[in-house]
Amino acid sequence: MASVSVPGETVRGGLLRRPRSTAGFWSWVTTVDHKRIGILYGATAFFFFLVGGVEALFIRLQLAQPDGKILSPSTYNEFFTMHGLTMIFLVVMPLSAAFFNYLIPLMIGARDVAFPRLNAFSCWLFLFAGLFIYSSFALGGAPNGGWFGYAPLSTVEPGNNMLFYSTGLLMAGIASTVSAVNLAVTIINMRAPGMTMFRMPVFIWMALVVQFLLAFSLPIITVGLFESLFDRRFGTHFFDPAAGGDPVLWQHLFWLFGHPEVYILILPAMGIVSEILPVFARKPLFGYQFVVFSGIAIGFIGFGVWAHHMFATGLGPVANTAFGISTMIIAIPTGVKIFNWLGTIWRGDLRFTTPMLFALGFIAQFVVGGLSGVTHAVVPADYQQTDTYYIVAHFHYVLFAGAIFGLFGGMYYWWPKIFGRMLNERVGKVQFWIMAVGANLTFGPMHILGLEGMPRRIQTYTPALGLGVWNLVVTIGAFTIAVSVLIFIGNAVASFRRPKDAPADPWDARTLEWTVPSPPPPHNFDEIPVVHALDDFWHRKYAETEEGTLVPVPAGGSGDPRSDDAHGSGHGIHLPSPSYYPVIAALGFPLIGYGVIFHWWMAVAGAVVVLAGLYGWAFEPAAE
Amino acid sequence: MRRITRLAPGVGALAVVAAACAPNNHQDSLNPQGPYAQKIDTLFTPVFWIAAAIFFIVEGMLVLFAIRYRHRKGRPQTPPQIHGNSRLEIGWTILPALILVGVAIPTVSTIYDLARTPTGNVLNVNVVGHQWWWEVDYPDQQIVTANELHIPVGEPVYVSLCAAGVGYGGVPAPNECQPGPPKGAPPSAVGDDVIHSFWVPELAGKQDVVPGRTNHLVLQADRPGTYTGQCAEFCGLSHAYMRFKVVAQTREDFDAWVRAQQADAVAPPAGSLAATGMNDFLNGQCIACHAIRGLQVNGQPLTANGGPNLTHLMSRSCFRGCTMPITRANLEAWLRDPQAVEAGSWMQLNPKLSQDQIDALVAFLMTLR
Ligand SMILES: [Cu+2]
Repeated sequence: MASVSVPGETVRGGLLRRPRSTAGFWSWVTTVDHKRIGILYGATAFFFFLVGGVEALFIRLQLAQPDGKILSPSTYNEFFTMHGLTMIFLVVMPLSAAFFNYLIPLMIGARDVAFPRLNAFSCWLFLFAGLFIYSSFALGGAPNGGWFGYAPLSTVEPGNNMLFYSTGLLMAGIASTVSAVNLAVTIINMRAPGMTMFRMPVFIWMALVVQFLLAFSLPIITVGLFESLFDRRFGTHFFDPAAGGDPVLWQHLFWLFGHPEVYILILPAMGIVSEILPVFARKPLFGYQFVVFSGIAIGFIGFGVWAHHMFATGLGPVANTAFGISTMIIAIPTGVKIFNWLGTIWRGDLRFTTPMLFALGFIAQFVVGGLSGVTHAVVPADYQQTDTYYIVAHFHYVLFAGAIFGLFGGMYYWWPKIFGRMLNERVGKVQFWIMAVGANLTFGPMHILGLEGMPRRIQTYTPALGLGVWNLVVTIGAFTIAVSVLIFIGNAVASFRRPKDAPADPWDARTLEWTVPSPPPPHNFDEIPVVHALDDFWHRKYAETEEGTLVPVPAGGSGDPRSDDAHGSGHGIHLPSPSYYPVIAALGFPLIGYGVIFHWWMAVAGAVVVLAGLYGWAFEPAAE
Repeated sequence: MRRITRLAPGVGALAVVAAACAPNNHQDSLNPQGPYAQKIDTLFTPVFWIAAAIFFIVEGMLVLFAIRYRHRKGRPQTPPQIHGNSRLEIGWTILPALILVGVAIPTVSTIYDLARTPTGNVLNVNVVGHQWWWEVDYPDQQIVTANELHIPVGEPVYVSLCAAGVGYGGVPAPNECQPGPPKGAPPSAVGDDVIHSFWVPELAGKQDVVPGRTNHLVLQADRPGTYTGQCAEFCGLSHAYMRFKVVAQTREDFDAWVRAQQADAVAPPAGSLAATGMNDFLNGQCIACHAIRGLQVNGQPLTANGGPNLTHLMSRSCFRGCTMPITRANLEAWLRDPQAVEAGSWMQLNPKLSQDQIDALVAFLMTLR
């Protein structure tokens, strides 16, 4: 690797107090600034969102009518597998990571994450893992065993397709684990003075719960993925019943990761919604502590419900009863959150900005996914529903109409902070309504299709089943969603043509990130803020009377010097220096992956690159 | 506009109600046709209405608050700063918990109800999932067929589900599937051992077919008729084509069917095209996988190895996972190129059959009534 011989001497030599070049390719490749890494995460995730969306559109074209001929069975199986894999591992997780990276330091009053170079490493490794998995299309075929890759189908089917699945997800898992540890340490150790745990924004709380879920659930799927890889590549028999293995072992390992994963995907959006609602209702979040504790409760109970994905596997009535009841129990903290959001807008002064619309849309639609989730807990009903389009409807209400709506709300809300430019509000509202109509046209009728007997993952269906009409509606809905995404892209592109004129606090918001300019300077805060309350920034702007009436604080009257401290220059602030090593270390992993699949010498070369990157990293002189 | 479109999520729930009135497609979980499917439906219906009520309450509050508390021009932006209310919190924790207790009790009793092994006049059937067709064995009647499950109406049917079965040869045993190829048998060329899921929505919920395990399912039909089913667990290339049908018959019709199935195949008259076909069948590639009861090679009965038993092929209405009617043209197309008819088919023809062989084999197959 030629790049090994290009260490960061020149960069390190400068030891600049302020970050050096703010533009250019290499400044992005070597950045350790959590804000830039957040943007990299976001851009990558959005790119994969478009890819996964195109796959979904092909799937819907194929299923629009009975006896579809657009996709062959093998291409169809690759597309539905890659759609799920992409949307979960390469879109919702990294898009949440984008918000975590960008916002955690800003919201807790820190200048960066705990381990900036490790942060860059996670980001690059995630990108390379995604590209690695997609390279399979050019190298003999993409994963085709479904996103949960059930053994033994995933271990006996010919071809390397599912090897890309196991090795690719192992890489993505390393990236996520590293990032989880980094962000958890950041939240626990780097909060500004005065920001106690119960003064943290709910988004930060949800971020913290997610990092713990990641840290505890990813090792489980790692074990499963290694076993799957070993079964295929080294002839082990973990999942081969003829040799004493058990296919159900994979299901337990997968879902013991996979169910916490669902909360890994939805809790960030819940955190975003919990930030947006109070701002546009001009009221504090109703029952802050209950929202926080319900999030923690969901995190714990989330590890005790996995076998509700396996009610038809044949675990027996005792296990099915236990997991049915635990699944009902997890509905309770979820309901608590919904009622608290309703309590937040109750008696508020609601401004229907685009972020607010997406937040309200999240609640309205998440309720559908939550309620259909309760019907799965009714185990005998799940004997009918599982593995049908009813399930597909359920988890898309949670993950698209829920998580993606929340994340879009977050994009509209924080766009001015991140890019210094507002997105067009009118266009944003149009996009919201088209997306909401599209989502419900797409995922609403899937409930009916499932109950009327349409299994999931079928490449075609006969006209005799009478499923053509609703399938056509679903396809029309999918293309409606596509239109709304195009409108968003137009809105985003147009925003970059306008001057950077977003004020520091365009929404009259409540949390610390709005105290700094838009976009924030590289060092975030001229002076580390001192926090006196939950929603500290809001309380600098507004006081409350005894009766809870809101009274604006006159400018400069808060007695807080920081609120009018806009002139700090950031001189004398130490920031971590950029580094080549994270990206080099990350680059070795896909090589190891190809080595496992194709030729051993590639794995050796990859390991050398990883070690070289880590070596240079370890001995890179710290900037003074 | 806001008011109307906010209701959009409700369309999903309403549509589910509308679906209950949809025409019967014979694979409809909302149209139970036997006591086991009925038990599930009886449980699901009230849960659905409870969910619908909660849906309308929550969405109603959301819409109401959105309208009522929207910002109006000129109103000071100083709403009351309400931080929470512990009494309300406890209320909306306990109330859903109570509702869920009410749902959990019938749920648990139905789980155990459905898991009970039926007693009395019970028909035992072993169903074996193959890529991508269903083998149906009647151990007590010594019948092996494919893609069609015949049952008598009004009697519970105890289905044992397995991923390897008589297809490997051997005698079907009640309630238990063959664990795999008998010891010493040549390894099967057929990739049978993946997970499938057996689902006839109108007669029962689904149950997975898991290699290495024997799962059980009880189903029963109240009225004679045909009920379609489908593999519900993704099982590879032609998963969508892995369908089957349940034919529910009166006891007399069922007994007559059993007697017909128990009969040996009758060899076609010597010198006919069909006889040539039989000769090709017995001396060619076919017997590597397929068996026909009553025919022998070197004095030995045929044993199936992964392929459907063809004894009374023409008594069935469908093949290729019950997605194609058994017609001369379809059989010819299949024999010409199985992979063109079913993606990934395990039926490898090497060498390919000549047109003469195909004509003769089809003529023979069509005598298997
Ligand atoms: Cu199957």
